[in-house]
Amino acid sequence: MTLRDPQGHPEHGRGVKAVYGLYPDGHSAQQAVSRLHAAGVTDRDITIQSAQPMEDFEFGHRDKATWMWWIACGGGLLGMASALGLAWLTEVSWPIDVGGLPIFAWWPNLIITFELTMLGAILATVVTLVVTARLGRGSTIYDAEVSDGKILVGVANPAESALADLEAALTTPAGAQLKRI
Amino acid sequence: MSALPSHHQINADLLRPLLRTSWKFYVTVAIFGGIVLAALVSWLSQMYFGFGISGIRWPVYWGFYVTSFVFWIGISHAGTLISAILRLVDAGWRRPVTRCAEVITVFALMIGAMFPIIHLGRPWLAFWLFPYPSERLIWPNFRSPLVWDFFAINTYLTGSVMFLFLPMIPDFAVVRDKSTGLRRRIYTVLALGWRGTPKQWHRLETAMGIMAIAIVPVAVSVHTIVSFDFSMAPVPMWQSTIFGPYFVAGAIFSGIAGLLIAMAVLRRVLHLEQYLHPIHFENLGKLLLVMALLWGYFVFNERLVTYYGNEPSEMAVFWRTQRESFAPLYWTMVIGNFVLPLVLMGIKRFRTITGCVIASFGVVVGMWLERFLIIVPSLGHKYLPYSYGIYRPQPVEMIIAGATFVAMALLYVFFVKVVPIISIWELKAGEHQPPDASPPAAEQRRLREQLS
Repeated sequence: MTLRDPQGHPEHGRGVKAVYGLYPDGHSAQQAVSRLHAAGVTDRDITIQSAQPMEDFEFGHRDKATWMWWIACGGGLLGMASALGLAWLTEVSWPIDVGGLPIFAWWPNLIITFELTMLGAILATVVTLVVTARLGRGSTIYDAEVSDGKILVGVANPAESALADLEAALTTPAGAQLKRI
Repeated sequence: MSALPSHHQINADLLRPLLRTSWKFYVTVAIFGGIVLAALVSWLSQMYFGFGISGIRWPVYWGFYVTSFVFWIGISHAGTLISAILRLVDAGWRRPVTRCAEVITVFALMIGAMFPIIHLGRPWLAFWLFPYPSERLIWPNFRSPLVWDFFAINTYLTGSVMFLFLPMIPDFAVVRDKSTGLRRRIYTVLALGWRGTPKQWHRLETAMGIMAIAIVPVAVSVHTIVSFDFSMAPVPMWQSTIFGPYFVAGAIFSGIAGLLIAMAVLRRVLHLEQYLHPIHFENLGKLLLVMALLWGYFVFNERLVTYYGNEPSEMAVFWRTQRESFAPLYWTMVIGNFVLPLVLMGIKRFRTITGCVIASFGVVVGMWLERFLIIVPSLGHKYLPYSYGIYRPQPVEMIIAGATFVAMALLYVFFVKVVPIISIWELKAGEHQPPDASPPAAEQRRLREQLS
């Protein structure tokens, strides 16, 4: 059974862009997610939104895998390479003799290398966050009540034929508030 | 302990300063703005009349300005470092404290970084300090500690701004949802389309974890490098291997004191009694006590080694601070940095909010004096008599140095007006209910069977 149709499907919509429930707590939201799963909706098709991380619940552990640590390390290496390149280039291109000390000296350059390594890691982390968390891009479903502590569980672009099943799954948990867009 | 506030209550309490503006805000901005303006006029007059109107002259070229530079860079350790450490150890009580602290870092760094430019006398030539190829073949020494400062402070500032900004994104989304009109449009941009999906939360928390790990060594490096400005120079009582950790400990010490004062003021002015509890002050008070003991340990080391070494030029500076012209300042510093926190934070009954604030004021004064006493007595009494001299600060320096405290308060007032000063989502995250004992997978299987 397909409960969520890709956009452009002839059956899609009939005016319903999304159907979702708002739940007062993590228990009922988890129940809604479980019921959607039981009804055959995959994780990829379920939208969940909350005002805080919900790591005590199974649905809060979705999409946890990330390469962010490795990308941060890569950013750090890039920063380190830039620092060494900058130090080498400037010191060798415009050599200044200070008390007969080496023109390219490792000890003082280690500080700049360290700082730019950390800067590279920090900037890589921020860029990865923006890209992978899809910041700056909207979503079909959103309800301002999420800010008041409600947890949103829903399906975007549902198939018309599946609407009744989806609504049944979403309204079962206690305190559910069903909405359509 | 009072009942936990609801999500609705948290939103209402923490968004109130943003959504409502009373006459007190305008009066505060007018008074603080006036003082900052006076400092700006003083700075302009210094540029117009020249550095001669300040007390900085041979042999003491570093006076109030460099003292304030070191002091404010030290205060900046309040935020990001403390916040990062508390995040890494997952201290639950950190939640209402972290943002208050992180803001201090960003503003203190901005203020601190201004002082080298003020100190230049001709700030429009500040770019001469930057490492870039010049057609005049004037190329700054890339191995100089001043270049290290440039990289360290800018890395720390960039990292701290990010560390402050990232956890603000979910709160901007709350403001977006609670406001209308132009304000809503502005916060919609700032919220970057935040929706609060599990993926966004994981990415944000992972990013904060990485940043916390990265920012701690950067913070330590920044004040170590500031200490290198001194310890790399052949000046009595400066060339010391202990300066790095001594400066870092002092920076964290003054940072905690600054944070305690800020928290007490915010708690009173914004009525945040339900969020900033006495336990937060008590915990930070204990940290202040630990840092006071550490500071005392470093000072004892520094003094004992100098005394035992008995090197004539160092002993001259030593006695100047212990029992001669700088002694009143030195002993005020000892009282402010050691005696006062030891008594007020060491005795449990004094470890109240008031006690913390009094001790913190003592530490702030003491730490400013410490920076002054590192710089001025040594520069005024170097190795040979031809380089002996006296430093007499002039009104222009006093106004500028004093007004930076007001500038800090003013920046804080503006910040509180546009951003929730306590992280709303972190506060909520600390309060949601734990799940049932039954695992979600079992629940899912049961439902599947039921439906089939």
